[in-house]
Amino acid sequence: MTTDRERFRPADHPHDHFLLTTVVGSYPKPTWLNRARDLREDDASGFDADDWEEAVADASRLVTREHERAGLDAVCDGEMRREEMVEFFAERIEGYEFNGPVKVWGHNYFDKPSVVSEVSYDEPWLREEYEFTADVAERPVKVPITGPYTLASWSFDETYGSEETLAYELADLVNEEVRGLVDAGARYVQIDEPALATTPDDHAVVGECLERIVDGLPDDVRLGLHVCYGDYSRIHPELNDYPIDEFDVELANGDYEQIDVFADGAFEPDLGLGVVDVHTTDVEPVAEIEANIREGLRVVPPEKLTVSPDCGVKLLPRDVARRKVENMVRAARNVEADLDSGAIDADGRTR
Amino acid sequence: MDRLATTIGLFPLPDGRRERLAKLKGHQKSDLIDGDEAAATRDVYAATRRQYVEQQREAGLDLLVEGQARWDDLLAHPLCVHDNVRTEGIVRYYDNNNNFYREPVVTGELTASGDVPGELATAAKRCDDLQAVVPGPYSLAGLARDEHYGSFAAFLDAVADFLAGEVAAFPDAVGTLTLLEPGFVADPPGADERERIGDAIDAVAAATDAEVLVHAYWGAPDDDLYRRLLDTGVDGLGYDLVTAPDDAVALAAEYGAPSRALLGVVDGQNTLVEAPETIDGRADRFAARAAGDVDAAYLAPNTGLFHLPVGAFEAKLDALAAATGGAR
Repeated sequence: MTTDRERFRPADHPHDHFLLTTVVGSYPKPTWLNRARDLREDDASGFDADDWEEAVADASRLVTREHERAGLDAVCDGEMRREEMVEFFAERIEGYEFNGPVKVWGHNYFDKPSVVSEVSYDEPWLREEYEFTADVAERPVKVPITGPYTLASWSFDETYGSEETLAYELADLVNEEVRGLVDAGARYVQIDEPALATTPDDHAVVGECLERIVDGLPDDVRLGLHVCYGDYSRIHPELNDYPIDEFDVELANGDYEQIDVFADGAFEPDLGLGVVDVHTTDVEPVAEIEANIREGLRVVPPEKLTVSPDCGVKLLPRDVARRKVENMVRAARNVEADLDSGAIDADGRTR
Repeated sequence: MDRLATTIGLFPLPDGRRERLAKLKGHQKSDLIDGDEAAATRDVYAATRRQYVEQQREAGLDLLVEGQARWDDLLAHPLCVHDNVRTEGIVRYYDNNNNFYREPVVTGELTASGDVPGELATAAKRCDDLQAVVPGPYSLAGLARDEHYGSFAAFLDAVADFLAGEVAAFPDAVGTLTLLEPGFVADPPGADERERIGDAIDAVAAATDAEVLVHAYWGAPDDDLYRRLLDTGVDGLGYDLVTAPDDAVALAAEYGAPSRALLGVVDGQNTLVEAPETIDGRADRFAARAAGDVDAAYLAPNTGLFHLPVGAFEAKLDALAAATGGAR
């Protein structure tokens, strides 16, 4: 794996310092795309598969461009082809079956799939999404993939009798998928493992999954790991052993109460820091986000700090999501300017 | 040892009613059950309750439950609907699943509420031998935040008194009361909290003439806790023979088992439906090793069944009934 971040620096970047700005992945779908999905599911509508493909492509193009207009350094298409982070992949992996929705909370449900036979790789999962986005984008593209540990944890296992074994089997499939993406040109891949936050004692299982995922990948692939909503003291410093370039974590939601866990001087990978809260519709002012970014400088120097929202922003109103990302990029550029001028030092302290 | 088929409640909402309720209530935190729902919503829950009773009866279960369709906040429900409790943000429901609930914050005295007795009273119109399922005092206190009583000890006592008040108001049709204590395993009490737990359970049990069972799941309680449970006045204990069969059986072998045992022999969190011989094997192993005279074993899922899609839930009811000879 590489720590070369300079290739993400835009040619016209205005500052000597460079904080890599990106998103975690998901973005609100345009209302018309949800309407189009309803039409596709209605046989009487006359809205066919080609119409749907056109709608998805339009949405993907739109969100990729929206990210670029916001000034992000690495972009994605907001996962316009995906509905839910486990369902999307389970639909594409042999061995999975859907038996109906299960409750997450209140009246919010998801189609938790069952593994009913050995899992295997069939068709590429994300190649179409990546190739389309890379073709549309002028900026480097990041590809988020739900990690094998989460795919295993958030499924019913009828086959393996061991979540760990299932996770490793899935990790081999993720490796196959990532290799295919790399062949297609992808160089920035993020493994999403929110389930690690629920069972942090399984950090070694996630570590072994990541070892399997990176097997055979070229050195110039940047690999990130995203984790959210958990007790991070139980996974750091263990995460230093993970074969990753970047650890992306949600911390704005908890008002940086857990930043000290990472600010122990021992944190090794680049830090992807969540600097806007995705569960409030209040758009953080630029100055507040600058202060959040400076929290990250307590953990890593500027050349190892990536700036992102806490998590995917898909549950926010689209206008709110856009303004949060815009403010986030402005804040990052302001902090870079302050670092250039010496107004703040590399630890984020004001001089 | 007689074997009877039952469940520990917390059923998934039936297809159709799930969508109807979401439409009537909404998807946000403030839309969930607060004990003051609109008539149209109440009607759907009443119909769901009737459906659950029919389903259990048709499947051939021996001991029926109300099903707890209204328990949006899972085991925290009895507090979430209380007048002196406010609900806050969505928080994780134990660490071993992907479920969330609204955190209840107790802001005043936990007086009798009557919410759960009301549910059971309507179910009792259709069934004259019900098993009531409520959280045990330790787990219910652990799911909540206290801003009124000031210490965990005082809070635990208050929660136990509150549950005792609810239980005392249960209809006569409730012949069995099961207290669920997943917190014993998921978040075990500290040394200084253990002394009170037996008293808290006894306080709830003393409020009813029904047979009382305490069921810990997602593993087995530690030896100390298990012995304390044996020392309470309850009639039976539960054993999770899916998650931690060896540990659970070892407890019953080492320290003995009470005359009633609730055996979690069906996985409440996996769509794989157990064959009758799997269920029998789990129960047989317990019966062979448990010390003491277990008169009756209630074969049940180890957890609530809301973790499952509706089809798998129904299949689990059938599997339990088939294993005890009550298949339709």
